[in-house]
Amino acid sequence: MSTSVFPASAAIAGVYEHPSRFSPNKTEFQIMAECAKGALDDAGLTRSDVDGLFGASMSMGLMGIVDLAEYLDLRPDYMDGTNIGGSSFVAHVTHAAAAIHAGLCEVALILYGSTAASNSMAIGTGGSGGSRNPDTAFSSPYGMTTVGSYAMYANLHMNTYGTTSEQLAEIAVTMRRHASLNPHAKMRSPISTEDVLGSRMISRPLHLLDCCIISDGGGAIVLTSAERARDLSKPPVRILGCGEAVQHQGVGRSDLLTIAAKQSGQNAFNMAQVERSDIDFAMIYDSFTITVLATLENLGFCEPGEGGNFVSQGGISLDGVLPVNPDGGGLSSNHPGMRGIFLVIEAVKQLRQECGERQVSSPEIALAHGTGGTIGDKHSGATLILGVDK
Amino acid sequence: MNEIRHPLPYASWESRGFWEGAGRGDLVLQRCRKCGLVQHRPRGLCAHCLESDNLEHFVASGKGEVYTFTVTEQNQAKGFAEACPYVMAYVTLEEGPRILTVITDCAPDEVSVGAPVRASFVSQDRDDGERFAVPVFHLD
Repeated sequence: MSTSVFPASAAIAGVYEHPSRFSPNKTEFQIMAECAKGALDDAGLTRSDVDGLFGASMSMGLMGIVDLAEYLDLRPDYMDGTNIGGSSFVAHVTHAAAAIHAGLCEVALILYGSTAASNSMAIGTGGSGGSRNPDTAFSSPYGMTTVGSYAMYANLHMNTYGTTSEQLAEIAVTMRRHASLNPHAKMRSPISTEDVLGSRMISRPLHLLDCCIISDGGGAIVLTSAERARDLSKPPVRILGCGEAVQHQGVGRSDLLTIAAKQSGQNAFNMAQVERSDIDFAMIYDSFTITVLATLENLGFCEPGEGGNFVSQGGISLDGVLPVNPDGGGLSSNHPGMRGIFLVIEAVKQLRQECGERQVSSPEIALAHGTGGTIGDKHSGATLILGVDK
Repeated sequence: MNEIRHPLPYASWESRGFWEGAGRGDLVLQRCRKCGLVQHRPRGLCAHCLESDNLEHFVASGKGEVYTFTVTEQNQAKGFAEACPYVMAYVTLEEGPRILTVITDCAPDEVSVGAPVRASFVSQDRDDGERFAVPVFHLD
């Protein structure tokens, strides 16, 4: 494959996922810095090689990327603090590849860190306090929560297509089964469909076990030119296609069931020139069980309304037609607020065949799709199609 | 189960027409006289023409149907925690746009997708003494 054209001109050279799921004695930036070390070590690079810095977090605000550069005592030639929610880091890979392709930087470092669990953040159900922001004046009076937004999507999907709670539960059960094979996963004890359906209702039709966990954690990704990546420690992982999109309520007429993944996924597939059937496994942001179902349909892995059958027939299991989240996902492994970075990290580790018991059999092409925000309100989507170096 | 204590909205210049209308008991929407777009949420201009000259406010029928909904059983936020379970919904208004709201005055199990609903207004005094009203919907 030519390494002169975008996005093949850049490659992922190193990744690191923080093993901790609870870090009460660390700050966000400290977790990010530890991850930076891990990913640079993985690539066989050092801090002084970094000339592009990318990052986002739950608390990084205005000039947050500058604060991060100061913490690391880095003076990069290129920086990007794009924050489009949990999908940000999937988008950062695209942005970093573009910057490398354009010659704006040569070694890009993407970082995430969070202490969501040790700060006791109520990410899903703490919404809608009395905000004085005019932009939320049309949601805060009505008790909108993150889980409530996803629940409205789920209810519409059930009404439109006959999707059942049992089918959604199958997604949680599958993620837990995968997590049981991941030594770092936070929740490893197997669960049954009955466990999911019997767990406390949070926002109908979503039960507690339809919701992701809350953990601490962080991760890092290092990209460089495809040429240089070939001379580094680990086999490069190639970027075959990428896409970004946004979906929202607009002027009040959006089709709720169409999520950003439809647009970002189509663009990524067009760029990569591969078919859905070429994808060996997928990393899909699983904030809730319904997120997986909605994403599978909108990415075109099954027809709209067929997601329920797809998952209940074992489609997303490690031995299924499209293994999804071999690490156990946000539902069982880790979810420190914004999970996108782990989608890319696990995809890379799987393509390098480093995943032990949870290893997908000889994968060559993977898809990662991040969702940021809430699919029942407004959200971003970022898709990557990655492949082994050939 | 208690009544929801709605956090009262902070109206901006752009949304003033909507919230002033709510205070009078009217559901007020915006229409662009140039392109015909009826938009919600309100803006200082037509989102499609990007012009403010032809934007007008009008009193909508207050009628619509439930697009989708959820029965919220957990929300720690003040004003809602005590009111769980409550029904949060999107209502598609007769005039076209969809609005986020709550469905009140019924048992949660009575609400269904497609059910006809009608607006009513909950008035509350804000800490600063201003009186505000929030449009909510009930089964029609």
